[in-house]
Amino acid sequence: MGITRRQFMRVSAAGLAASTVGALGFGDAGDALAAGVRPFKLERATETRNACPYCAVSCGVLIYSLGDRSKNARSEVIHVEGDPDHPVNRGTLCPRGAAVLDFVRSPNRLKYPMHRKAGSDKFERVSWDFAMDRIARLMKDDRDKNFVAKNRDGVTVNRWVSTGFFGTSSQSNEAGYLTYKLARATGILGLENQARI
Amino acid sequence: MTNSWNDIKNADVILIMGGNAAEAHPCGFKWVVEAKAHNGAKLVVVDPRFTRSAAVADFYAPIRPGTDIAFLSGVMRYLLGAGKIQQEYVKAFTNAGYIVKEGFKFEDGLFAGYDEAKKNYVDRSTWDYEFDEQGMAKVDDTLQHPRCVINLLKTHVDRYTPEMVERICGTPKDKFLKVCELIASTSTGDRSMTSMYALGWTQHTTGAQNIRSMAMIQLLLGNIGIPGGGVNALRGHSNVQGITDLALLSTSTPGYLVLPTDREATYADYMKSRRFKPQRPGQTSFWQNYEKFFVSQQKSFFGAAATKDNDWAYDYLPKFDVPYDALKIIDVMAAGQMNGLFCQGMNIMMAGPNKTKIRNGLSKLKWLVSIDPLETETARFWENHGEFNDVDPKSIQTEVFQLPATAFAEEEGSATNSSRLIQWHWKAAEGPGESRGDIQIISDLRARLRALYAKEGGAFPDPILNLAWNYSDPGNPDPAEVLKDINGYALEDVPDPADPAKLLLRAGQLLPTFGVMRDDGKTSGGCWIYTGVYTEAGNMAQRRNASDPTGKGVYPNWGFSWPANRRILYNRASADAAGKPWSERKKYMWWNGSKWTGPDVPDYAPTVPPDKAVGPFIMNQEGTARLFARTGMPDGPFPEHYEAMDAFIANPLHPKVSRNPVVRVFAADAKSFGTPDKFPIVATTYRLTEHFHYWTKNAHANAVLQPELFVEMGERLAKAKGIQSGDWVEVTSQRGSIKAKAAVTKRIRPIMVDGKPCDIVGVPIHYGFIGLTRKAHPVNTLTPPVGDVSAQTPEFKAFLVDVKKTTPPAQAAATA
Repeated sequence: MGITRRQFMRVSAAGLAASTVGALGFGDAGDALAAGVRPFKLERATETRNACPYCAVSCGVLIYSLGDRSKNARSEVIHVEGDPDHPVNRGTLCPRGAAVLDFVRSPNRLKYPMHRKAGSDKFERVSWDFAMDRIARLMKDDRDKNFVAKNRDGVTVNRWVSTGFFGTSSQSNEAGYLTYKLARATGILGLENQARI
Repeated sequence: MTNSWNDIKNADVILIMGGNAAEAHPCGFKWVVEAKAHNGAKLVVVDPRFTRSAAVADFYAPIRPGTDIAFLSGVMRYLLGAGKIQQEYVKAFTNAGYIVKEGFKFEDGLFAGYDEAKKNYVDRSTWDYEFDEQGMAKVDDTLQHPRCVINLLKTHVDRYTPEMVERICGTPKDKFLKVCELIASTSTGDRSMTSMYALGWTQHTTGAQNIRSMAMIQLLLGNIGIPGGGVNALRGHSNVQGITDLALLSTSTPGYLVLPTDREATYADYMKSRRFKPQRPGQTSFWQNYEKFFVSQQKSFFGAAATKDNDWAYDYLPKFDVPYDALKIIDVMAAGQMNGLFCQGMNIMMAGPNKTKIRNGLSKLKWLVSIDPLETETARFWENHGEFNDVDPKSIQTEVFQLPATAFAEEEGSATNSSRLIQWHWKAAEGPGESRGDIQIISDLRARLRALYAKEGGAFPDPILNLAWNYSDPGNPDPAEVLKDINGYALEDVPDPADPAKLLLRAGQLLPTFGVMRDDGKTSGGCWIYTGVYTEAGNMAQRRNASDPTGKGVYPNWGFSWPANRRILYNRASADAAGKPWSERKKYMWWNGSKWTGPDVPDYAPTVPPDKAVGPFIMNQEGTARLFARTGMPDGPFPEHYEAMDAFIANPLHPKVSRNPVVRVFAADAKSFGTPDKFPIVATTYRLTEHFHYWTKNAHANAVLQPELFVEMGERLAKAKGIQSGDWVEVTSQRGSIKAKAAVTKRIRPIMVDGKPCDIVGVPIHYGFIGLTRKAHPVNTLTPPVGDVSAQTPEFKAFLVDVKKTTPPAQAAATA
């Protein structure tokens, strides 16, 4: 009959008020009580299918966020739970996954590009443009100075080993592929991730 | 994983060894519970600690950290001696009968060809088969030849008697034999065992050989390619499989292709050793297609700039002289030979071994770029945190950038779980503040770097200028477009090889399978094993059909499992040589008279009949699985027990070659290893169910549940040292020392090793000087800077320490 999970919850809540309170003979009081029940907060939330970011079981999760994704509206994650349709986790989450909202909303999430000058004892906020221009410049200067086009035997080797790149196995395949392409195109050999740490 | 999480429910015996799924992978562990409840499965746990996996096991046996090969070789000896192997499978599907070259030998801990000065096997020519004039391997089908693999294996493992296993591993003989019995019960063809492992096997100098030992056991039992069987790596990060597949690894390119070395000056040199001709009559030897995958990849990387005339831009790829793995990067950095470092979602200060060496290295960089959703110790390595990070910022000249990245909930894309299942996730919200996705950050960096090279020129700008970035929004590509690029396209019309009048592919069409890839530049594709994930039918990673028609846990239409949407690898081996299932219970893929059929995609040419005798292990040139590894492993074609670098005892098998003879020790680390006279206690590191690596110390709930570092020890040791639970103790290794609270438990008990009692302590890895948890000394202050000889995975799981009661750290005392 095409009932959604949310409709089911709403119907259940109303049914609960009608049956148990009604059975006690309070009649109208039941309706009043039902009306006074705080609306289920996920009712107004947007549901998004995602995967737990922790181990490689990759449990399916449902993320609930406020905001309807319209332009100028900023969404905010308010709840995460296991995806009951997912064949592996079947709606369950472990102690880490169940608390993943606290990772999303951690006070230690980074908000702005920061820069620490040589010898300084603090980070200072900078713009993305400043950071990215400076990083590109530092990369190029080091690469131009230390790029090895040929080894001692005259073999073309085109490598750059004075800069390294630790990538991450927490990023998506798409981000990882672009990371690979860029790092290798510069000639970086020291390219690794957590897979063998 | 060869199999899948759901498939664990088909197992009859589950061996958890080298992992702790109940705590580290709880939602995957439910399929173990399912197997126990509904398939009558027995769970066996072998672990130094009585973990929560052990707590629900049918049988638990203790083991000393770092001795798994001795244990598993003992199992092989038991299976071979008791005749508990699946004879027909072993004979038809493995190299048991292949004749090994004369001159191959193993003596006093060393295989043939070792060079003492170079600390390496410089001549591995005898680690191979005898070949006939046609280049075909010689085989003795009767298994009688003294140099056929199975007989060499019998001799090799004969030393691992139950008494020797007890002496090395500390596992009591009766418990070891009970484990052997349970394992052996799956050699019948109608029962199967699954092996579940994680870092407990990989983080050793003998890591890859630990896993190889289990693969050999599973082959002897006929448990590879079978429902409820396989060798299953549980794996740590949500996309560690995907990022491995896509080769963020120093010597690889995507899809397990190999980056060229200095010895391969030209493309012809490179391809010469990669023709992979069959070495038994009629075999598939699927890697014969290597060049098609490589050329398609180069077209995906460099587009029109990769041509036949320039050898598909072969010189655009860097060549390596030595592998620049994580430990090498750290060593180069600590030697002051590295100027710049990116840490993208990588907290190397915590994740690498030997924190002090890493911090020294970071201090010698000119610049460091951290790209992360969270505060990390790495980004703040220069900041003074009292005794937990006692540095003087003024003396550190490294310029540091901390770039805020979005996290999973704030981005869209695909990730590959440990059973090779590629699944899409959708964006739920914006990231905090000015955070940006990795795709945008990398694309921005590429654009700025490219603009600089276009304007100024510089060292070999060609690969940067010609790097294909043909996405609608090059500054922030749509992940769907990138996945299509990984999948691959037809770049020109491709005629049908069977009928040139017909078109197989139109130009611009997404490739349906890697089978249509070409070595003439007509196709692209960034990672051949992913081809099929995004076809003209749509994004297969987004499929969410939760039906499982056969009830075997296959879920063929949920996401896309590489390669070719295959859920169990080597599944042709689930049928015997004639194509009939080994048993009704384990029926999976079979020959129906005209094709291979069953609930999965056959791992085989679908219409090749069994009487052609094409082996099921189609990636190998011989078509069979290798009980004898040939030259593939740097420390020998058979696994051998070597002590950890911090050796608790002299190796009873060969005291002169106690430790792995080909281990790489950097000159700077020569004095980094401890001995039992100073450090008499065996230590291992582990993970708590409440924490994920070094992230969740930043999450409130997790920090409340497990708020501080501790060291877990048994009652005997605690009593001997006058330590009670909650006391502060100092744990010291040759590398450094940390302070932690003592947790005295019954979960770690002393064992007898080589006639002496062996105490073991365990230290969780999660705590540092950043986060909502209490500040702590990073545990990698203690661990040795040395890795597995095959993969260079650091030896975090077995090292030597001493412990003593101590005073609280100054900061803890101040706030107490």
